[in-house]
Amino acid sequence: MALSINDTQEELIEEFGLFEDWADKYEYLIDLGKKLPGLSDEFKTEENVIKGCQSRVWLHAFMQEGKLIFQADSEAVIVKGLISMLIRVLSEHTPSDIMKADLYFIDRIGMSQHLAQTRSNGLLSMVKQMKNYALAYSSQA
Amino acid sequence: MASIEQIRLDFPVLDQQVNGSPLIYFDNAATTQKPKVVLEALNKYYSEDNANIHRGIHALAERATAAYELTRKKIQSFLHAESSDQIIFTSGTTASINLVAQTFGRANFEAGDKILVSNLEHHSNIVPWQMIALEKGAEVLVIPVLDSGVLDLDAYQKLLQENTVKLVAVNHVSNAIGTINPIQEMIALAHAHGAKILIDGAQSVAHMEMDVQRFDMDFFAFSAHKLFGPTGVGVLYGKRDLLESMPPYQGGGEMIKEVSFAGTTYNELPYKFEAGTPNIADVIAFSASFDYLNSLEKGWVEEQENALLNYATEQLGQIDGLKIIGTAPNKIAVISFLIEGTHPQDIGVLLDKFGIAIRTGHHCAQPLMQRFDIPGTCRASFSFYNTKEEIDRFVVCLKRVVTMLL
Repeated sequence: MALSINDTQEELIEEFGLFEDWADKYEYLIDLGKKLPGLSDEFKTEENVIKGCQSRVWLHAFMQEGKLIFQADSEAVIVKGLISMLIRVLSEHTPSDIMKADLYFIDRIGMSQHLAQTRSNGLLSMVKQMKNYALAYSSQA
Repeated sequence: MASIEQIRLDFPVLDQQVNGSPLIYFDNAATTQKPKVVLEALNKYYSEDNANIHRGIHALAERATAAYELTRKKIQSFLHAESSDQIIFTSGTTASINLVAQTFGRANFEAGDKILVSNLEHHSNIVPWQMIALEKGAEVLVIPVLDSGVLDLDAYQKLLQENTVKLVAVNHVSNAIGTINPIQEMIALAHAHGAKILIDGAQSVAHMEMDVQRFDMDFFAFSAHKLFGPTGVGVLYGKRDLLESMPPYQGGGEMIKEVSFAGTTYNELPYKFEAGTPNIADVIAFSASFDYLNSLEKGWVEEQENALLNYATEQLGQIDGLKIIGTAPNKIAVISFLIEGTHPQDIGVLLDKFGIAIRTGHHCAQPLMQRFDIPGTCRASFSFYNTKEEIDRFVVCLKRVVTMLL
């Protein structure tokens, strides 16, 4: 049985709680970014690009056995690290659970600056796009 | 002459910690910081003189009007313009360019006319021309840029050859890579082929002396906030005959002589182009920017900034994999760079953690990024209040950031 969305958020909060300073946190994030498998070129299409990011971010989503699966990639590794966490939290859940999800972990791990309404930070657009996919697939289900 | 330490004290914002480190502000091409005298002028205006200008007959309105018009005089003198009524207040460089596009362009462009912009332009000196060109059936052509970031003047001459160019719109200095364009030569060439020319001075005003008459400029646009003044104030200078022949831009109060339902007549320059209550407070505070700049030793700003540019170029050159985009021999103190294996956004996010403010991205110059086939750059832009010590710390932190990323 996979962890619930909130269980995964708690897990991430605990992991980030181990870091003493920002540099450790970002090194971990960079590491997560490097480990994220990314997307093959066929999915790096214009339709999959998330607008509003300073670096290009692609998000691909599909349904598998009633669960919504997310795969994503970015040119920037910190963004990739952030996406990696979002995927860990949201992917492989039902569209309705994803739509309802309150992503409190971002603030708790001290990454809320990436949610700021500036054009350079794409995290907000990513979350929005993931929820949009959930909405689209829930009406199909 | 005050020491650099004293000068830094004139800019209160510089004295702060960001993410636990002393702020290093290297985003001066985006906006410059404001000296205390500008902040005090803003405060004084709202505390003592606040009134609407030009129409009031009471003491406050008179004081506010006098202060507002004094700024216009100071700009005239800064630009070496013929008269102060050729200085039009707008909300910024973008608004100044749009004004010319929508008035001069609307009155003069015809189907088949050519408008030249350069590949170095900011979007705000591209899109207004595309908009009016589309409406008029005119065509926007591009002056190419060489690998060094210098404009291709041979190509420019060829584009002018057929005498079908109505207007050339180029920046004095590239915001993205710092190239100083040879505007004197470009203006002369434009005029020789019957074209008018608009110079976007947003990035040059803070770094060099201006002389619209000596350069024979038709139009010159800039923003106060890039010249140590408040945001929301822009300037358009134009030659008198051009400004007089142009139709008004926005309609409203202030820009009229007489209004009736049978027809309306328009005010004289510069008010013809200044509809509505302007940004009085910020225009008045902008006046203090000129007082501040005049208090500095003549030539010192250029000398200090050139020293910073040379030092930073040399120091950054020692970082493995670092490539400077834009290596024109004539540059202002702006360095755009990329580091192999890293994305500019990652560099910017991590430098911010060290309290260092740079700009990353396409710098609103996407066609230039396309020209160099890059997603964007990291841009460090300096002003006279920056120091070599800041550059040293920047280089140390940048090395650390690269280690984290690779």
